[in-house]
Amino acid sequence: MSDFFGGIAQAARLILTLDPDLAEITLLSLRVSLMATLIASLIGLPLGAWLAINRFPARRTVIALLNGLMGLPPVVVGLFVYVLLSRSGPLGVLGLLFTPTAMVIAQVIIITPIIASIAHQAIRELWADYHDLLISLGATRRQRLITLIVDGQRPMLTASLAGFGRGIGEVGAIMIVGGNIDHATRVLTTAISLETGKGDFEMALALGLILITLAISVNLVLHTLNRTERGSRW
Amino acid sequence: MVSWLSAEGLSVRRGGRTLMGPVSFDLTGDGIAVVMGPNGAGKTTLLRALHGLERRRGDVRWGDAGLAAGRNQAFVFQSPVLMRRTVLDCIAFPLRLDGVARAEARARAEVQATRVGLRVDLGGAVEDISGGEKQKMAMARALIRDPGIMFLDEPCANLDGRSTCEIEDILTQIRDSGTRIMMSTHDIGQARRLAGEVLFLHQGKLEEQGIGDTFFDAPKSKAATAYLRGDILL
Repeated sequence: MSDFFGGIAQAARLILTLDPDLAEITLLSLRVSLMATLIASLIGLPLGAWLAINRFPARRTVIALLNGLMGLPPVVVGLFVYVLLSRSGPLGVLGLLFTPTAMVIAQVIIITPIIASIAHQAIRELWADYHDLLISLGATRRQRLITLIVDGQRPMLTASLAGFGRGIGEVGAIMIVGGNIDHATRVLTTAISLETGKGDFEMALALGLILITLAISVNLVLHTLNRTERGSRW
Repeated sequence: MVSWLSAEGLSVRRGGRTLMGPVSFDLTGDGIAVVMGPNGAGKTTLLRALHGLERRRGDVRWGDAGLAAGRNQAFVFQSPVLMRRTVLDCIAFPLRLDGVARAEARARAEVQATRVGLRVDLGGAVEDISGGEKQKMAMARALIRDPGIMFLDEPCANLDGRSTCEIEDILTQIRDSGTRIMMSTHDIGQARRLAGEVLFLHQGKLEEQGIGDTFFDAPKSKAATAYLRGDILL
């Protein structure tokens, strides 16, 4: 129990003193996960919407595959990206291994199926509501897609936030492709793993509390900016 | 008299089953064409098929070539499709699809809102307004492209007497402005008040077609006679 309260005190101290190391790894955590969320959203949101409104022979298979990929083991993704980016790998020439870019790539692979699957579910329901109206008004395929994305922006935000939550809390893949290098690729989750391994539970708990606070804060800020739960149900 | 809409052998099949038809008719009058019949008679399917929302068999011919164009037709659904937008933006939506600038589309939406007597906060969420106002919103949205023909599927279902009266007044005004109206209802009183021509459907077949007063005073078919008498048709 003393570790727990010690962790809270340590977290408060680190935040109040604006500890430079903490600031660095926190900002890198945010940078990597926000970038990964942005890229995954740019791929996953239109993909989810497109799957919701288009019919093609392998549609069920693609959706089942996408849903299945939501449970991708991060360690396997990390290993996959490591092999791709290692010096002897096909993309080794890019020299990206053990850089924040490699961490972003791994997170994009992990969270894109999550964002696409949640977006698909949300847009499918919206499409059921809008279908007759959009067909009646003669909306083109592109107009239908844009309308659904615009009007489904709040459930889409939820999809992106779910992806962000998965990304910021992820450790297995980024540990492998980032290497947890101090002042280079160390982020909150890998730092927690390191401190736990060293037996410094107070510091590990402090970093954990900061990570949770950060994840909740990002959600709150985005919900506030998007005015969810105000004025109406949507 | 020249027919403005005629159907020959029109039917709708789904899953190997005939939902409606084959029906053949000519509409010639200037008044409102009312499709009547008990639940499951095929009223909605007929309107949807004419508007192109159902895959149909048979011939449909429009007396005025302009009426055949999808964008010259409007459909008001029994349950208004509520977009996740403000009331004003819901009404303006068809114009936005046509590429009209937002400011102009909103200005024209305000004109339509006034035309149908919509007395709500146009900047508020559409789902926060009453059932009658939602139906008026749907009518304003349908009218904003100045359609040549308007289909309405039981526009007053679930509305109280006052709202029904207001909707009927609007329909009369629309008819007087030259827009063709074809609507379904199983409210006999409403059909009497509005119908110029009547199509009476029963079990997917056209049992009888007649001019309003003649049909109500002396129906020819057994089914129509029983229906107007208030008997339950199975």
